[in-house]
Amino acid sequence: MSNTGTEDTGTMKHPAHKVCWSCKGPVEASALFCDTCNAIQAPGQLDHFKRFGLERSFVVDIDAVEATYLKQQQKLHPDRFASKSPREQALSSQQAASLNEAFETLKNPVARAHYMLRLAGVEPEGGGGHTVNDPELLMEAMEMREALDDADNRMTVDAMIKDTRKQARACENNLADAFAKDAFDTAKKLTTRLRYLMKMTEEARAKKSRLAAA
Amino acid sequence: MALLQIHEPGETPLPHEDERQIAVGIDLGTTNSVVAISRDEKPEVLRDKSGGNAIVPSVVYYGEDTPVVGEAARDHINTDASRVVSSVKRLMGRGIEDVKSLAGTLPYDVEVPEKSDDDGAGPMMVRLNVGNRVLTPVEVSADILRALRTRAEESLDQPVEKAVITVPAYFDDGARTATKDAATLAGIEVLRLVNEPTAAALAYGLDNGAEGLYAVYDLGGGTFDISLLKMQKGVFQVKATGGDAALGGDDFDHAIAEHLLALRKDGGATDALDASDAKRLLKTARKVKEGLTDSDAVEVAVDLNGTKTTHSVTRSDFEAMIAKLVSRTTAITEQVLDDADVLPEDVKGVVLVGGSTRVPAVRKAVADLFEQEPLSNIDPDEVVALGAALQAEALTGGSDNLLLDVTPLSLGLETMGGIVEKVIDRNTPIPVAKGQEFTTYQDGQSAMMIHVVQGEREMVDQCRSLARFALTGIPSMAAGAARIRVQFNVDADGLLTVSAREETTGVEQEVAVKPTYGINEVDMANMLRDSMVHAREDMLMRLLTEARVEAKRNILAVQAAMDADHALLTPEDDKSINDAIAKLEAAMGGDDRDVINDAAEALENASRPFAESRMDSRIRQALTGQNVDAVN
Repeated sequence: MSNTGTEDTGTMKHPAHKVCWSCKGPVEASALFCDTCNAIQAPGQLDHFKRFGLERSFVVDIDAVEATYLKQQQKLHPDRFASKSPREQALSSQQAASLNEAFETLKNPVARAHYMLRLAGVEPEGGGGHTVNDPELLMEAMEMREALDDADNRMTVDAMIKDTRKQARACENNLADAFAKDAFDTAKKLTTRLRYLMKMTEEARAKKSRLAAA
Repeated sequence: MALLQIHEPGETPLPHEDERQIAVGIDLGTTNSVVAISRDEKPEVLRDKSGGNAIVPSVVYYGEDTPVVGEAARDHINTDASRVVSSVKRLMGRGIEDVKSLAGTLPYDVEVPEKSDDDGAGPMMVRLNVGNRVLTPVEVSADILRALRTRAEESLDQPVEKAVITVPAYFDDGARTATKDAATLAGIEVLRLVNEPTAAALAYGLDNGAEGLYAVYDLGGGTFDISLLKMQKGVFQVKATGGDAALGGDDFDHAIAEHLLALRKDGGATDALDASDAKRLLKTARKVKEGLTDSDAVEVAVDLNGTKTTHSVTRSDFEAMIAKLVSRTTAITEQVLDDADVLPEDVKGVVLVGGSTRVPAVRKAVADLFEQEPLSNIDPDEVVALGAALQAEALTGGSDNLLLDVTPLSLGLETMGGIVEKVIDRNTPIPVAKGQEFTTYQDGQSAMMIHVVQGEREMVDQCRSLARFALTGIPSMAAGAARIRVQFNVDADGLLTVSAREETTGVEQEVAVKPTYGINEVDMANMLRDSMVHAREDMLMRLLTEARVEAKRNILAVQAAMDADHALLTPEDDKSINDAIAKLEAAMGGDDRDVINDAAEALENASRPFAESRMDSRIRQALTGQNVDAVN
């Protein structure tokens, strides 16, 4: 490799390193700060799991992820760069936004499942005009909705919330199995189911507060 | 090898001490404003010259001379009411549709200017007719901020140019931008816009170091906000917020005023009120409200149209008048708890903010809802400014604590049929960057309208319109073939920038969402210049400071590299780099920005060969399988 060819482009042929924009020296591609001059780096295209130092898996220890998230925000948030140069402020904003997106995705089981499906090249059902192709699930959802409409006291709704939550938890366990086996078709189906269950819980909760207000 | 100066990542040394200016916290309220300063994490409010009141009423009197702000302006209500402007915060960033909903509640004339072609993309902001002047709410707010700045400068005996300013969590994008513009007009650089409830929690929480979930119930003069915050490991996270931007203590005053008018009518008086009468009556009503905080009944004399009547208002009368308003706040609170999937008993503490929380019925409603006595050992009128001051200190001097805020309202785009497609959901942590892909629906479609809206409703016309712009120059393609990516960026102040890009060709357009003031951008620039005599110098000074900060960073970075990879430094490079550093340092001592920038570029050129050999060395190490981490 010739030493005249290293232009200041920010990326090097060797994927593990890039040029630090501040001291122009080498810095690891995934580093948050330059180990030589301490300058904040651009967030780069890390996947959400890697951003938290995790292997790709549906099973996530959210408390541990949150601890990492808070620790990282302490260092990266724009509030830490209020007296720095505009460029450092912009990079900090990008870093904080990437971190927020990663955390929001991993935190929510449906978002996490959608994300894992997309990483595997599978487009999840529902949303964006995609139709859901699971008559059994649609029927089940319709029945749940009717039962919710008929419910006229908080106890009944509470029982329903409890039940959908239980089902959601079981569904999450099955999803974890499916993702672990790379069974993406099963995972896709279960993801749609989980999304429905979450939506029903939400609607039940809204109904409960309507009943409470009445 | 020289000893390295060690800093935590992100904590490279601050600029020179003399560049570390003092920053204050400002609570720019609907009814009252307060300015505070924090030193060593001990915040205190700044009082007037006599050391008396911390509160500056957000009232401006536009007489023949320079505007008068505060208590002195309020005194003019009895003599020259038509030139007194109050509660202007309610109009910040607001357009015609909002004014309709506020009709009759504002004690002055508002007009909405005709929209002309060269105006910006956002909705048109209203203007006020005050005496013989036409004013925008931004200008009125700037006058209030100027008065607060003067108070701070007199009290601290030094120039104050930076501030953290608080806004209601529920403030939409237009109102936030308008607030920032008002600060610019007043010659204040906004370090950060912070949500009022967050600031209040900051003032309460940090000394106690108490981890857990807190609710902040903020009922001010004109706005109601409720926020849920989680405090853990030195980080304040806003979990959910809600509120009503047009509900507050002013409504209590209106209720009392209407009650008094009704009592007079029962007594046979017919009152046709002009603007001046209305303002005086509201002032009386406010006194009644304040009296009822400690007394069970208040005697009041009303003197209108030459008829003087006296009435007795009891606390239970008052509570009946405001019962509906109070239950609106508790309903919104329950909604926010629901949103966050939290039960009232999960909340560890409730913080009260805003003068209206002094009303016993409000306190009782909050205590009943959360089944606990709310915290109120900090003055509810001062708590927000105190928190803002703490945040101002944290931003200029560093801090162990961090605020993580969220978007108060969902942001989306208009799609076919006037349906809103949400891009960023409410309560998403900021800063946030999110994109969504859209496509054309007609063959050969060459442009696409991008309509940005804010709100929770399904239909566009039920949400607030923030901006409209067209992405043009889309090459001719079949319907559905174009891939248009619309990117939303919300920064740490909660301000939105939207860009649209056709992915196959790279055609791109970007707008910062800004409200328009019924005057074009040139007029706005002139206004900024007129109001700040030193505007140009200020801007040049800022650029100069920036160049110095950047140069300093540059030198530190190169020196750190020289220390780290000393072995790779040839004697020639060592000399030329050190020479360039010396020249840059000399340039930094002067005040010519171009000279500094040229010297900075010279340093970059001088250090390039060294940077390249560092890079090569690292790659060689990597290629020979040597672990980079092991070398360091």
